[in-house]
Amino acid sequence: MGGLTTLSGFEYVAPTDLAAAATALRDAGGRACVLAGGTDILVQLREGMRAADLVIDVKKIPELLQLDYATDSGLCLGAATPCYQVNTTADVAEAYPALVDATRIIGGWQIQSRASVGGNLCNSSPAADSIPPLLVYQAVCHLAGPEGRRSIPVHEFCTAPGQNSLQPGELLATLTLPPQSASAGSAYQRFIPRNEMDIAVASAASWMELDDSGSTIQSARIALGAVAPTPVLAEEASQFLVGKAPTEENFAAAGALARQVASPIDDMRGTVEFRVHLAGVLTQRTLALAHRRIQES
Amino acid sequence: MAKKTHVTTTINGEETEFLCEPRQSLLEVLREGLDLTGSKEGCNNGNCGACTVMLNGLPVDSCLVLAVEAEGAEITTIEGIAQQGHLHPLQQCFLEGAALQCGICTPGFIVGAKALLDRNPNPTEEEIRFNLAGNLCRCTGYDKIVRSIQEAAERLQSAT
Repeated sequence: MGGLTTLSGFEYVAPTDLAAAATALRDAGGRACVLAGGTDILVQLREGMRAADLVIDVKKIPELLQLDYATDSGLCLGAATPCYQVNTTADVAEAYPALVDATRIIGGWQIQSRASVGGNLCNSSPAADSIPPLLVYQAVCHLAGPEGRRSIPVHEFCTAPGQNSLQPGELLATLTLPPQSASAGSAYQRFIPRNEMDIAVASAASWMELDDSGSTIQSARIALGAVAPTPVLAEEASQFLVGKAPTEENFAAAGALARQVASPIDDMRGTVEFRVHLAGVLTQRTLALAHRRIQES
Repeated sequence: MAKKTHVTTTINGEETEFLCEPRQSLLEVLREGLDLTGSKEGCNNGNCGACTVMLNGLPVDSCLVLAVEAEGAEITTIEGIAQQGHLHPLQQCFLEGAALQCGICTPGFIVGAKALLDRNPNPTEEEIRFNLAGNLCRCTGYDKIVRSIQEAAERLQSAT
């Protein structure tokens, strides 16, 4: 039968420890791919956007399949842990609602059964749904390479569309997200022209923490997707909210400031003008939703 | 050509062994190696869901799984949904409700719907539409599919 578009040949290994994976990655000298859920990599290999002599499946490495959460220590998420597991772990969904807003809409269920947050990060698309939430939670990326381990803040990870700061032979092992207080709330939204199964035209994640009275914003972070070469933090908009009341008026003003960091491209998904507009609207809406979630919790 | 790998897996309750190249997708091996042609190739890139199978109880696009990754896994394909020669209520309701025209998407919808009803025996219309967003149908307009799944859910619940 000739209908199937087959992949070109490659070798496959599934090491059970990180050091072996990093060594295999280094030894392949740029001709290897790391396979987690495979929902991006296998498409890229099949369509010739990538080539590989070796595919290194990391799903046999226990550390990369972690989903450890405790209210006082936060979340440790293995780089290959599938989105579906994140979505269906109730205390994680409650503590990190912006992350689950994203992982519930990365593809459909079939994709979420396989795709991981770590893979979404390593694919480093400007429109990746899970990256704005990771930015507002100040996630830390724990990397492993042939020379050992290092950790970097997630805002230093993506460097350009499809590019990141992983060095040759290095792979993402885990992501850690700090614990969340009861006075913190967060949300993620994207705009797509359909209901599901599409790539963001623009997106925003918002996080805020209120003071004890609940009437003043103590700290806030806003991140935007699909409006710059990488997902970006809107620092000025975030700072503007500190010390202010959580009102629609202030959320709208923060949205106007967030628009200033949007430097999108025109493409088939949307124009520059539309994406900048969306950055403001989605910032305002996610701030309001984050605030509502604090009130409802 | 890469050396073939020996894979042992359980497909529709039966231990199954096969040889495959690392580059072969699970869909390729199911269809071309094991003659399980019920799973369809639509887009071959994870958009359409026609190749949906259950892998360890979760629906996946078998075009985006390497066959070598199936080592030790439990797989359910459309061929494993009917039991002892009797159609599953989902299959019966799809037939009675005219939830298919060309039929290419149907195996994927049935497997996806089975995965949903296994977890959520009484889903709302919205839950059905949300959870089956990864299955595309260009014939029916979806309404008959959604209604047939609701009908199957009712029959399954009244049977228990």
